[in-house]
Parts: sequence; structure tokens; C-alpha cells
Amino acid sequence: MSDLSGLYQELILDHSRRRLGDGELDDPHATHHELNPTCGDEITMGIRLDASGTAIEAIGWTGDGCSISMASASALTELAAGADLDRVRELIDGFRTMMRSQGAGEADEDLLGDAIAFHGVSKYVMRVKCAMLAWVALEACIAAASAGAPRPSQP
Amino acid sequence: MTLDRTTVVDGLLPAELRRDFPYLDQELNGHPLAYLDSGATAQRPVAVLDAERAYLEHANAAVHRGASTLVGTSTTAFEEARETVARFVGARPREIVWASNATDAINMVALGMADAAAGLGGAEAEIFRLGPGDEIVVTEAEHHADLIPWQRLAAKTGATLRWIPVNDDGTWSIDDAASVIGPRTRFVAFGHVSNVTGYLAPVTEVVELAHRHGALVMLDACQSVPHRPTDFAELGVDFAAFSAHKMLGPTGIGVLYGRAHLLDALPPARTGGSTITTVTMESASFLPSPQRFEAGTQPVSQAVALAEAVRYLDALGMQNVHAHETALAELLVEETSRIAGVRLVGPPPGSPRAALASVDVPGVHAHDVGQFLDAQGIAVRVGHHCAQPLHRRLGLRATTRASAYVYTTADEVRRFAAALAEVRGFFGVGA
Ligand SMILES: Cc1ncc(COP(=O)(O)O)c(C=O)c1O
Repeated sequence: MSDLSGLYQELILDHSRRRLGDGELDDPHATHHELNPTCGDEITMGIRLDASGTAIEAIGWTGDGCSISMASASALTELAAGADLDRVRELIDGFRTMMRSQGAGEADEDLLGDAIAFHGVSKYVMRVKCAMLAWVALEACIAAASAGAPRPSQP
Repeated sequence: MTLDRTTVVDGLLPAELRRDFPYLDQELNGHPLAYLDSGATAQRPVAVLDAERAYLEHANAAVHRGASTLVGTSTTAFEEARETVARFVGARPREIVWASNATDAINMVALGMADAAAGLGGAEAEIFRLGPGDEIVVTEAEHHADLIPWQRLAAKTGATLRWIPVNDDGTWSIDDAASVIGPRTRFVAFGHVSNVTGYLAPVTEVVELAHRHGALVMLDACQSVPHRPTDFAELGVDFAAFSAHKMLGPTGIGVLYGRAHLLDALPPARTGGSTITTVTMESASFLPSPQRFEAGTQPVSQAVALAEAVRYLDALGMQNVHAHETALAELLVEETSRIAGVRLVGPPPGSPRAALASVDVPGVHAHDVGQFLDAQGIAVRVGHHCAQPLHRRLGLRATTRASAYVYTTADEVRRFAAALAEVRGFFGVGA
């Protein structure tokens, strides 16, 4: 089962249990709901920007899904909270490139830090979407927030 | 060949039969493949692959078009395939219409009924014409293929879609059906065997009830025709649908069954060449069934291959197939229901069920369960199996399903259960 431990690295299983960022964010600048229709995994991501509007002050999400998608949201939260938007955009691009690699090459640890644990997931074509779910949702949040979209009204 | 429980559990029958299925003889992630996803699609025996190839090598030509010797040969093969399939399900050849799959077959009826409501098809199509106040009834356990076409038909015609509610285990009874089917009911559609719970619906009772109220009945027979002797005339249903790829046959072809007089009155939803008697610039009149529905070039080599699959199943004997699967179903239930922390959905142990088991492992997502099994060479289906409303009703988002067929062995079922028992430990749940 050596193959399987390449997919479910300790760090991933750990994040899937810790679920950093799990919880609805108060007063978000942008929220985005992302659904994977093949398996029903879903996530609602929210971000709040700092006063300058160029960095993520807080990030929060609610979701339901497999260990890969939930761990990925947790790992992303750790990286993105407090980071500059430009840096987060770079992270998302880097993560996407890694997830498209089908396991080839080396992951960029300087850029992605712990998130390189997901490099092994890229070999499993049916699981790439699980890993990307939170990242795609955050990308949409950033696009909405930087387009100056009005804050979603609180329910 | 008699198959009692002991033979099956010893794996005697499958051992010899498996040689007919080259696909099964491969490794998955370093383990011998245990293919437990036949409910999604079945593997094909060499005879079926050979039949399609032989047709293409020696008999392939246009069908029903032209008058050459070659067209005679291909048309004969095509129509003989229809006769073979018809006999297999207790139908007459003209009651068997080729579709591209079961989903397509169900849509042919729903779309034809929408045409009838739009005024096409004349007086004969009156029986299909729905409007406000009329009700279409399905169950909460339907595959999306047998739900969405009826939602659309209701939306187009102003009829109301109602559903038979299911119990906490996903089953329903004739009493549940009777609480919904009534004088307003015009059409009832339901699955013969659930692809999620393996529950066997009380078909003849529902047919009797629906017909008493003057409603028509369509049976989604995708999970029954491949696995048990099925006679549509005996069941009394008005329409039925099934797919070749779930019964050792090819993809690209499915079957719509309908009682002859109904098929002859149902407006063809897709029109074009080969379906007509007379065509003018203003209008066309249509042939009787099945030609009225078979617009354009048909899946001919697939029909020939499906007929070969039927002959293969006939040679095994559908009673034997059913006995084999009943034994496997019992084993599946026995083995999975004793694993701590695993919830088996569907009828309780001891009740009849098809040879499939969908399970939930609380705390571990079905995707992760499936991945864990996959790494051990065990191929199952994960997800909602195209039945979201049923999963929602069961309080679940996704399940892991093992489904068996003629070539499945007791050993494979045991491997599934043994691996399933290790899932929670691997993911550190419930310790
Ligand atoms: C109960 C049931 N109905 C309908 C279908 C749809 O079959 P197909 O995809 O071949 O049209 C399936 C198979 O997925 C099924 O199990």
C-alpha cells in the first residue's frame, strides 16, 4: 500500500482532521460557493481584506467533502491568511501547476511550503478536482473582492 | 449447471466462467483485480466481442435502406437481434425499440408525451396527453435517468410530479405507493431494482394499482433485466427501459420496451429518415413501431453484440444467474453488516436484495473509502450513483457501492469486506 501513503501523506490526513479556517467568516468582502458535481463535495469560501485592500486579513470556509478536499482547504488557509493578494495569486497558480503535473517533476517547496504534500494527489486524475476545490473558490473570492464587488449582505 | 450456495461460496462456477472475460484477468495497483462495479457497467465475454467483430467483417451494410443482397444480410442480422432480445424479456419484436441507452429510452417516452401534449400524434396520442391537474408519479429512490425526464415533462405540460416517499432504509412498499397513486395519476415510473439499495420493487402490485386508476406504467429495468428472469408481459408494465452495457453487451445501445398499441400511438420525439410512410413538403406520416422511433442510422453491430450477450446469459440460464447473485447478495450483507462502524443502506439483513451493497463509513468520505479499496485492487463505485434525492433522504451525500455479476466470486466479496473493515483504522477514525 506504499502508493496509497503517497496520496494520503501524514500532513494531508492531519490537515483533514484539523480543518484550519473551518467556520463561516464574519463580515466578508467576498464569498464563493464551489461544487464538484461528480461527488457532491462543496465549499463556501469567504475572505476579508485588510484596510489597504491588498492583503487577506481573514479567511474562513464551510464545506463538506473527502479528506483531500478538506485537507486542501485547511492547508490553503494556513498559507493565505495574512498574505498579500499578489502572493496568494502566485500560490494559486503554483498549486494549479503542481496539480496538473500528473506526479512529474519536483514541487516548488519555496513557494508552496507544506502544500507540496498534495503533489502526490496530482497522479490521481480523479482526485485533482478534490484538491483544487478550495483554491478555485479562493481565486473567485479574490477576483470578486478586487473587482470592488460590494460586500455580500449578511443574512 | 446447478448453482447452489456452496458452489458459489467455493467459487467453482466463476472460476471456469471467468476465462470468458479477459478484462477480469488483470492487476489493479499490484493486486489481482476484483471488479465490483458491474452495476455501473459490466464486462463483456469474448463471445460478445467476437460477434460484433464477425458482423463487421462479414455482414456490415446499411440496414433497411436499399435492396441489395448485402442489405438483406445486415437487415436480417439486425432484426434477428431484435427477436432474440424480445424473447429474452417476454416481448414481441415490434415491442422492442433500439435506443442509445436506457436513459435515452426513458427520454423517448417522456419527450413523445410532451409532443402529444403539444397536439402532435392526433387522436391516438390522447392517452399520452397530460395537462394541469394530471399527476406523474415516481419514487424518491429513482436514478436521475428516471427522474429528470419526468420533471421536464411535468414542467412542459403543467402536470404535477409527485413521488412515493421512501423509508429510512431507502425502501418503499405498495402501501406507500397507494398513498400517492390515485385518480389524478396518469403515469407512474419507477425502478425495478434500486441501483443504490438493491431493493426489489413490488411491480405487479403497483401495475395493478396504477391501471385501476387508468394510469400507464414505465419500469426502469436497468438493474433487473441483467440479473433476474424478467418478463415484461407477465409484469404487466406498459413501458420499460434497460441498457446493453450492464448485461455483458456493448455501450451505445439500449432498449425501449412498450406494449405494441402504445408504441404505435406514441409520437416519435426524434424524426427523420427510416421512420416514415409518406412525406410531403408539409408533413410526414410515421411507420408503426419500432421503425417510427428508429430515426437515422442505427447501432447495428451493437444490436448484434447485444443479442450475443443475451445468448450467453440464456446459456447460463437466468435462474442460475439469479441464484448465483442471491448467494452473493447474502454473503455481501453478512460480511458488511458485521463490520463495526459501517452502515449498510437498503433492506435489512434477511430481506431480498440484489447483489449490491452501498455502505457509509461515518467519518470517512466515500471517495476516500473507494481510494483505499482501489489501492488493494478492489474496484467499486463511489458517489451518489445518480441518485441525489435518495442519498439526501438517507442523510448521506455519497456512499461506496460494491455490485456483483455472473463472474463475481465469493472471494472477491470477502476481499471487499476485509478491506472495508480496515478503512477506519487507516484514516484514524473511531479507533
Ligand atoms: C437504475 C438505473 N437506471 C438508469 C440507469 C442509466 O443507464 P444508462 O446510463 O445506461 O442510460 C442506470 C445506470 O446507471 C441505473 O442503474
